[in-house]
Amino acid sequence: MNTKKTSLDRQKKLSNFFVNFVLILICIIWIVPTLGVFVTSFRNSQNIFQSGWWTVFPHREYVKTGEIKIPEDVDVDGPITVNGVTRTFEEWRAGVLMPDGTQLTWFGNKRTRQIDVQTLQWQWFETDLTLENYINVLSGKEIRFKDGSGNEIVRQGNDLSAAFLNSIAVAVPATIIPILIAAFAAYGFAWMNFPARKFLFTIVVALLVVPLQIALVPILQDYTKLGINGTFLGIWLAHAGFGLPLAIYLLFNYINQLPRDILESAFIDGASHFTIFTNLILPLSVPALASFAIFQFLWVWNDYLVGLIFLGEQNRVLTMALAAIVGEKGQDWHLLTAGAFISMILPLTVFFALQRFFVRGLLAGSVKG
Amino acid sequence: MKSSKPLQLVFAIGAMALTLLLLQQGFLFLRDASVSKIVIVVFAIVWGVGGVALLYTVANWIVELLPEEWAARIQPIVFVGPGLALLFWFLAIPVFRTLILSFRGPNGDGFDGIDNYVFAFTDRVMLEAFRNNLLWMVFGASFCVGLGLIIAVLADRSKYEAVYKAIIFMPMAISFVGAGVIWKFVYTYKGEGSGISEIGLLNAIVLALGGQSQPWLLIPPWNNFFLIAIMVWLQTGFAMVILSSAIKGIPAELLEAARIDGANEFQIFFRIIIPSIQGTLITVTTTIVIFSLKLFDIVRVMTGGNNGTNVIANEFYLQRFTYGDAGQASAIAVILLVAVIPVMIYNLRQFRESRAF
Repeated sequence: MNTKKTSLDRQKKLSNFFVNFVLILICIIWIVPTLGVFVTSFRNSQNIFQSGWWTVFPHREYVKTGEIKIPEDVDVDGPITVNGVTRTFEEWRAGVLMPDGTQLTWFGNKRTRQIDVQTLQWQWFETDLTLENYINVLSGKEIRFKDGSGNEIVRQGNDLSAAFLNSIAVAVPATIIPILIAAFAAYGFAWMNFPARKFLFTIVVALLVVPLQIALVPILQDYTKLGINGTFLGIWLAHAGFGLPLAIYLLFNYINQLPRDILESAFIDGASHFTIFTNLILPLSVPALASFAIFQFLWVWNDYLVGLIFLGEQNRVLTMALAAIVGEKGQDWHLLTAGAFISMILPLTVFFALQRFFVRGLLAGSVKG
Repeated sequence: MKSSKPLQLVFAIGAMALTLLLLQQGFLFLRDASVSKIVIVVFAIVWGVGGVALLYTVANWIVELLPEEWAARIQPIVFVGPGLALLFWFLAIPVFRTLILSFRGPNGDGFDGIDNYVFAFTDRVMLEAFRNNLLWMVFGASFCVGLGLIIAVLADRSKYEAVYKAIIFMPMAISFVGAGVIWKFVYTYKGEGSGISEIGLLNAIVLALGGQSQPWLLIPPWNNFFLIAIMVWLQTGFAMVILSSAIKGIPAELLEAARIDGANEFQIFFRIIIPSIQGTLITVTTTIVIFSLKLFDIVRVMTGGNNGTNVIANEFYLQRFTYGDAGQASAIAVILLVAVIPVMIYNLRQFRESRAF
């Protein structure tokens, strides 16, 4: 009896260990790419081009500690002997591990006749971390930085600070406006009687999965005619229109479940629909409103396609600015990593602060494509 | 009291006119003003949000002053009307307008018959895009759902469930463009040469294991899978969260009974957990399949659709905005819509059965 119990315990411990081991492994894979970008964004631009971001952590690497000159009379096309070891030029260039633990590597081409002596040494944390990348990528003025070979580069900044403000100007109203409109509509569907009520709601459900690509070509025509292409109003309306099916659907499901007697007693007291809606239904619906708000905010903040089409260059949002850096200068990792982090700060904060509401919204809205 | 109602009505209508004027002036200010960006942002938020709230309030004020019979008839229009108007303008009517455009020429005029569809189904680039979307839908969805399920089941048995889940879920908050930068950095390639060390994580790992560094995003057809990995990274958290809540909904007694009867963990997984959450599995898979069908940002940012990585939504964008062919772009959009119609029908059937009305 006792032995059986301990063996069960051991089995349980083992399976617990296995479970945590697998999960930790997956979590490491999940987090390391972001960590790399985070670390890189604080590194000196020249270092970024020369070594991987993981080298900021303590590690051992070969460091040049001396030089050996090969005399002019040695034939570099044949075998070359250095410190008692004989190898061909190609082998020297690839690096040769010497008996004393140093590594000898031919520097450059055959004519240099130079061999670097490298010793394995411990490197402590990289210390020249900087905020310069953030300052540079936020600035719209002229910026200076060093490339991989140490040359100073001067160019126009990407002005991510303006893009950040644009993102706020787009995302906040594009979150609140559809919620307001959807809450009114959901209340109407739940508590008012009007012709074709069921048919109209069926359309809302049908529109849940319609890909927004279907709307882009005709809506762009309308915007050009109305002269609201590239304006904030235009993009708010677009985000509101595309977000409304889910918003109405979620809020209707919630408002429809609220107990009917609250409303009936309010009606008897002579309250109008509008008073009931603003004073009773909105406060009661806060959990559902919050769920959808986070959903919509993250969606709008992270959107690229709708912004690309309806917002011009002058009002470009963060995703557009970041994509532009990728397109123009795909290898400017010091700017890209800092820019990526700037674009992630706000959604990550909102996300971790309000994760509970977000999960609830996801669970309620998983019918949407 | 009663006699003053018409007067109030005049006031209310005046207020409406004033509101509209205010909103129009605000629009002009936003469009033309050259003041500091922060002022613009604050003004835009106040104007946009406040404007909508004001419109509803004033409209209601007017309605409540109308004779009761009229008020009852018009009030639903005030509540439901704006929402429906936007829905019709931005989604319902465009379905038909795009359908018509898909039979027209590049500039939206003339009549091209089915030429645009012939292009969509025969052009080499389109066929490649279809193949790639199929890869995204099959591999992307199955990895997201499979991995999400495994993590959900495993995390359910761990004390640190919340931590693990938060980490896997975290990419949901990151934009596709941001994720593109993160993974482009993982895949980056410098090439061979003396004194060059790879700064991309994947190439560094490959080199450390004794392999050769590769320009991962330039090797078709494998580059598609490197892009799909990004979507798996982004969307596994979504699948995990929804599946996890479904797993928690399985009655504990059911699992307990199976264990007492001597079922091992694999039997429990395949015979009890999977059948119990079947409905959720289907929903999650459908959502991610639709998502991969419409996928645009990752491909746009990472490769622009070059080197054999094009997808339908990117080709749509190219046709409309790079080549300026609204007809062919519309045909592609219609194909995307037709592909989701089965899901739409399924949703409608579910809705009818739920009898929410």
